[in-house]
Amino acid sequence: MFVVLLIALAATGGLYAAFAPAEEAQADNRAQSLAIDEGEALYRVGCSSCHGRSGEGGSDGPSLVGVGPAAVHFQVGTGRMPMQNPGAQAPAKPRAYTQAEIDQLAAYIGSLGPGPAVPEASAYDPADGDAARGGELFRTNCAQCHNFTGQGGALTHGKYAPGLDDVEPIFIYEAMLTGPQNMPSFPDTVLPEQEKRDIIAWLNAVNTSESPSPGGFSLGGFGPVSEGLFAWTFGIGALVALTVWIGARSAKARKS
Amino acid sequence: MSDDRDHPTSSQETETRKDVSDDHLPGERRSGELAVLDDPFADPGLPPHEHRRQDIDERAAKRSERTVALLFTVSMLATIGFIVAYVAIPIDRIVYIWPIGHISGLNFALGTTLGTALFCIGAGAIHWARTLMSDEERSEERHAVAAAPEVKAQVLEEFRKGAEESGIGRRKLVRNTMLGAMALVPLSGVVLLRDLGPLPEDKLRKTAWREGSVIVNENTGEPLRPEDITVGSLTQAMPEELDHHDHDFHAEIAKAAVMLVRLEPEDIKDPRSAEWGHEGILCFSKICTHIGCPATLYEQQTHHALCPCHQSTFDLSDGARVLFGPAGHPLPQLRITVNDDGYLTALGDFEEPPGPSFWERG
Repeated sequence: MFVVLLIALAATGGLYAAFAPAEEAQADNRAQSLAIDEGEALYRVGCSSCHGRSGEGGSDGPSLVGVGPAAVHFQVGTGRMPMQNPGAQAPAKPRAYTQAEIDQLAAYIGSLGPGPAVPEASAYDPADGDAARGGELFRTNCAQCHNFTGQGGALTHGKYAPGLDDVEPIFIYEAMLTGPQNMPSFPDTVLPEQEKRDIIAWLNAVNTSESPSPGGFSLGGFGPVSEGLFAWTFGIGALVALTVWIGARSAKARKS
Repeated sequence: MSDDRDHPTSSQETETRKDVSDDHLPGERRSGELAVLDDPFADPGLPPHEHRRQDIDERAAKRSERTVALLFTVSMLATIGFIVAYVAIPIDRIVYIWPIGHISGLNFALGTTLGTALFCIGAGAIHWARTLMSDEERSEERHAVAAAPEVKAQVLEEFRKGAEESGIGRRKLVRNTMLGAMALVPLSGVVLLRDLGPLPEDKLRKTAWREGSVIVNENTGEPLRPEDITVGSLTQAMPEELDHHDHDFHAEIAKAAVMLVRLEPEDIKDPRSAEWGHEGILCFSKICTHIGCPATLYEQQTHHALCPCHQSTFDLSDGARVLFGPAGHPLPQLRITVNDDGYLTALGDFEEPPGPSFWERG
């Protein structure tokens, strides 16, 4: 029995060695491990003070084991990480790393534990999404925090849901996939890839600086608060000005 | 304004300093003796009428006339522009207008032209009234409000005679039945209040959740397995029995809508809540117990769920206890388990009525 197993194993190994595209795989592996090494070096310098020497997390930052390359690409790609100073929430800002460095960091974090990978371009292409269905999904899953027009809103203790104007599709996709900071995640089992694409198509149709706003001034898209303030200040102000004009003493002929 | 009316005592000239305007100074000063007016509360009357330029200068009047006519003409042109815009501009044309941005060309044209048309009519009318119509002040005495005594007496006499002729004082049966009829009529209105709606009965306490109801994902309409719900995710869900096309769908989903979250089991503080969940998956009603908004602003790190309407905050790691805000009760939790096919199902309806409190809620 043991001998048979040994022979079978040897045969399988030999066959694999004979048929596997050995050089390519090795080259891939070598490039991958090089990226991981480079990423680890970058991580030690830029991230380890909060997230721990090997991504285990600490009092200042959460563990990064299992968050996956997609989370790294989102957090570092939007400039949220590295954080400028401790606070309720890391705001988006100009990114501090090049794309190559972000890929290396992502490779290193990806090597710590399995997590969502950076999506392919086809996953988040707004052209393949159904904007109308996306609007429905947005109102069910996203509007409670990000506002029904995607303008964002306040949460507790200084945290907030950011506005979604002009966010690159890949970052919207990764945010839904990974649930950055206090945002819940929407894994594919809850919100399949096609539905994520629908939401991206919707945001792309209505929430970019190029998107038309048929009604004109959206006044921040906050609804009755800003609209009421505008009406009270400017509408009633104009009415008061007109009333003053109607009631003013008309110009008299100068005595001469 | 330094005429005699303002300074009735300045009858005698005294030494006055020529470099100071005497507008607001008493006309003279005597040795501590006050001048007494005949009637200090006398009606000062109207100030003398001052003419406007248009009243005395025909060219100015002509200019005003032309301005008013111009405003009315602009209004006419704007109305024509409105009609042209309505016909000519397609409804989906988007134009860029600084500083408003990309807006509907039709909306912008219609609003601008109609606004101009209405404004110019108003502005023309006001300019006309202010510059050309007569602005002579007039005063008329008010008539006494009370009627003359003889008219009063006549009316009272006729009223008394009418009451006597109707016999309302004498024929008590007629009077009493009339009062009774008039007192009963409003009851019909009270009875009609019943039509304000069917009684709620126990509809507020029961939802569409039954024992064995499969929990389906509201996004996909598919049933959910425990492994679909990862820690930190948020899932909007509803019972499988509800169909979007049912006529009572909205009435039922308004009570049955739930959200599913998954916490690390050691993060769940309330043992009953943990027991009612499944391996850390908790299923809460998402209808806020204050006035029924969907309280699904879920912060996955703090496990707080907020209501967007009045900021009620529920701690989902502690049985949805109210941490802040006007909500009076925790969000009801649905007891869940996994059925033989591996799908998440309800173990029954909510233990307490979901949604806003009501009188008989208990």
